[in-house]
Amino acid sequence: MFIAVLLPLGLFFFPLWKITLEAPQYPTPLGMYIHINDFSDVHPHDIKNINLMNHYVGMKYIPEAIPEFKIFPIGIIITTVIGLIIAFKGTYKWFLFWFILMVVLSGAGLYDFYLWEHDYGHDLDPKAIMKFTNPDGSVMGFQPPLFGSKDILNFRAHSYPRLGAFFLGLGILGSLAAYLVGKKQNKKIPS
Amino acid sequence: MKNILKSTVALLSVLVAFNSCDTASKSNSGALSSSAAEKVYVAPGEHDEFYAFISGGFSGQLSVYGLPSGRLFKVIPVFSQDAEKAYGYNEETKPMLNTSHGFVPWDDSHHPDISQTNGEIDGRWVFINGNNTPRIAKIDLSTFETTEIIEVPNSAGNHSSSFVTENSEYVVAGTRFSIPIPQKDMPIKDYKGNFKGALSFISIDPEHGHMDIKFQLIMPGFDYDLSHPGRGKSHGWFFFTTYNTEEASTLMEVNASQNDKDFIAAVNWKKIEDYVNNGGGTMMPANYAHNVYNEATHSATSTMKKEVRVVNPLDVPGAVYFLPTPKSPHGCDVDPSGEYIVGNGKLSANLTVHSFTKMLAAIEDNKVAGDAYGIPILNFEDVLAGVVEQPGLGPLHTEFDGKGNAYTTFFISSEVVKWKLGTWEVVDRQPCFYSVGHLMIPGGNSRKPFGKYVVAMNKITKDRYLPTGPEVTQSAQLYDISGDKMELLLDFPTIGEPHYAAGCPADLIKPRSKKLFKLEDNKHPYAALSEADTKVVRDGKTVHVYMTTIRSHFAPDNIEGVKVGDKVYFHVTNLEQDYDVPHGVSMIGANTSELLIMPGQTETFLWEPKQIGVWPFYCTDFCSALHQEMQGYVRVSPTNSNTPLKWSLGEDIE
Repeated sequence: MFIAVLLPLGLFFFPLWKITLEAPQYPTPLGMYIHINDFSDVHPHDIKNINLMNHYVGMKYIPEAIPEFKIFPIGIIITTVIGLIIAFKGTYKWFLFWFILMVVLSGAGLYDFYLWEHDYGHDLDPKAIMKFTNPDGSVMGFQPPLFGSKDILNFRAHSYPRLGAFFLGLGILGSLAAYLVGKKQNKKIPS
Repeated sequence: MKNILKSTVALLSVLVAFNSCDTASKSNSGALSSSAAEKVYVAPGEHDEFYAFISGGFSGQLSVYGLPSGRLFKVIPVFSQDAEKAYGYNEETKPMLNTSHGFVPWDDSHHPDISQTNGEIDGRWVFINGNNTPRIAKIDLSTFETTEIIEVPNSAGNHSSSFVTENSEYVVAGTRFSIPIPQKDMPIKDYKGNFKGALSFISIDPEHGHMDIKFQLIMPGFDYDLSHPGRGKSHGWFFFTTYNTEEASTLMEVNASQNDKDFIAAVNWKKIEDYVNNGGGTMMPANYAHNVYNEATHSATSTMKKEVRVVNPLDVPGAVYFLPTPKSPHGCDVDPSGEYIVGNGKLSANLTVHSFTKMLAAIEDNKVAGDAYGIPILNFEDVLAGVVEQPGLGPLHTEFDGKGNAYTTFFISSEVVKWKLGTWEVVDRQPCFYSVGHLMIPGGNSRKPFGKYVVAMNKITKDRYLPTGPEVTQSAQLYDISGDKMELLLDFPTIGEPHYAAGCPADLIKPRSKKLFKLEDNKHPYAALSEADTKVVRDGKTVHVYMTTIRSHFAPDNIEGVKVGDKVYFHVTNLEQDYDVPHGVSMIGANTSELLIMPGQTETFLWEPKQIGVWPFYCTDFCSALHQEMQGYVRVSPTNSNTPLKWSLGEDIE
């Protein structure tokens, strides 16, 4: 349980997610890492160049910082502290509590990320240089996928979790495993 | 009657021989051309194996080709203005073409040579000589731009240049035309004994490649034609061919061709370097330009230097010897081991090869045959390594494959001849189309040649391509030399004139090639590093526009308050930080070229408006989907008007 609790701290060292944009003119694809507290270039100047591409269709610039960059690290630190207390003091039942807590918070984080992506892809400048509509006549959005790959005009966008997310996932699964192991041992003791 | 019969038989047999030759070569070329095509084919999107830097001769430039495809990638402007790249037109690079004679916008670029470390090509810089107004240029191979030019004083016809020693200690420049040193008003007929030839040793800073004339050796008034450094065992020596040891000054084609032997001058530069480092030589008043381009400010500065150190060869005993070499030798080539010095006697039927070891022995034994102006002449037989007997007509230049073979061009018989070092036997020959000058094997002038291809650079093209009027394309040819027999693979057109070339494996250069200039490193005094920094500043009748470009607009793009008679400097910074997104700019009526600005770079052009009105400018390089919209206006008011100086982007000025 102890290890499981510490694993999500990997988020401070490794990116959580990566979005990659491929196009014929970009033999080296454009890419952006999403960290728990930052956006960063995969290759130098990638974010600047993503912004330059996106301004043609009226998308906003990727902000330097978003409120989540403050909230998420605090959330991770608080849950880690809670986890540590549980690891030292709590019974295995509390392990399950931490597991559920982390799943709910991570789900909320993912949903928040989805909302941001949706806004980023749909809240377009009315003076956009190029306006595209879907076959049904509605304004075309340029939201990158939350998970997976998708064609957006001349780009193919890929969105996949990175090492930080795996640390988080492993931590969460670890806590579940700790709970199950604890439960098994607990059953053994009376018998 | 018997004679007639004989000659008829002879004639017939010759005809038969020719015919059979013809059919043989035809059937050969059929099979050959398919395999030759495969050997030079570089599939779309793939890269060539070698870079070839082929000089532009009288265009004054240096071209960059890929081998084996023969595709042209870039023409690097060196000694001539280039309106396409604004070289010599924009304010930043005008100083590059400054000389003691003022702004000289052209030269004749001849012999590129790549820098070396431990006798092997290191791919950092290419040096090339300007023949006409003597200059040596350095091209940085991380940017493929000319970053330094130094004028060579006391020199004329800077031809036996610009060859690099094996650790890039020096780039060496000799003078083809001897002249009065110092220059003075005197009768031309008094040439003999009074004119001198300067051999200049220009030191190269190991870190930045900056050039500085360490010393000039003031030699007798011969014509110093070509040169090469010793390498390996002969490192520390430099060899120069001479002609016109007759010291004629008129009808040179006859009068400079009288002596049976001219000389190769062997110069122990290490010895002279020691002498100079110990205070030897004298500082002589001079006036020559040193032009340096700074990558941080994206600007060149020109400094006039006022003195140069000269060395009299007689003051350094044992530093210079003359090796007699038949008939006006042209190319002076040293094999990869440093043992053999080939004197390509252009009017000789044979090819003379000297031995460095024998030369040292002759010096040791003091076997001197005489002297010329006090410089000892060694015996021809004492230094001779061997002679390649009757290999062809008009030998000019030799390169080496590193496998014990040498390849010599023959101008008159128009061919490349392969022969063996040591045995001096001719092993193969291939015709050139036509009249080949230099040839180049990548690394062929180093300890480590890459003996896979040889490029022959031809002086005459005639019917080899679709005709283009009286002036036809310049041409080079590529041969495969990996086998026993040379094989012609490709003719390819070049810029004029493909004089000489230097080549090396692409991997030496490709990884270091810059993709862009970092904006944060831009120290140009008039740079605007963001749109917030853009402005227009008036200083009397001079107006400075601090402008930026990014897809797909200029900032500012509306300017008012400029007046007739102003000098308007457009300082344009390209804010892009993406590979291969330059922007261009040009102003209607500007008496200069466009600018072509790489990402992160700042360049400046001058516009002097002569008429009132509203005048447009636009982006000249197709930069993006909205390139056509990348335009702006400058309002020009009468000289005495009160239109306020204002500028804007995205909104009306008022």
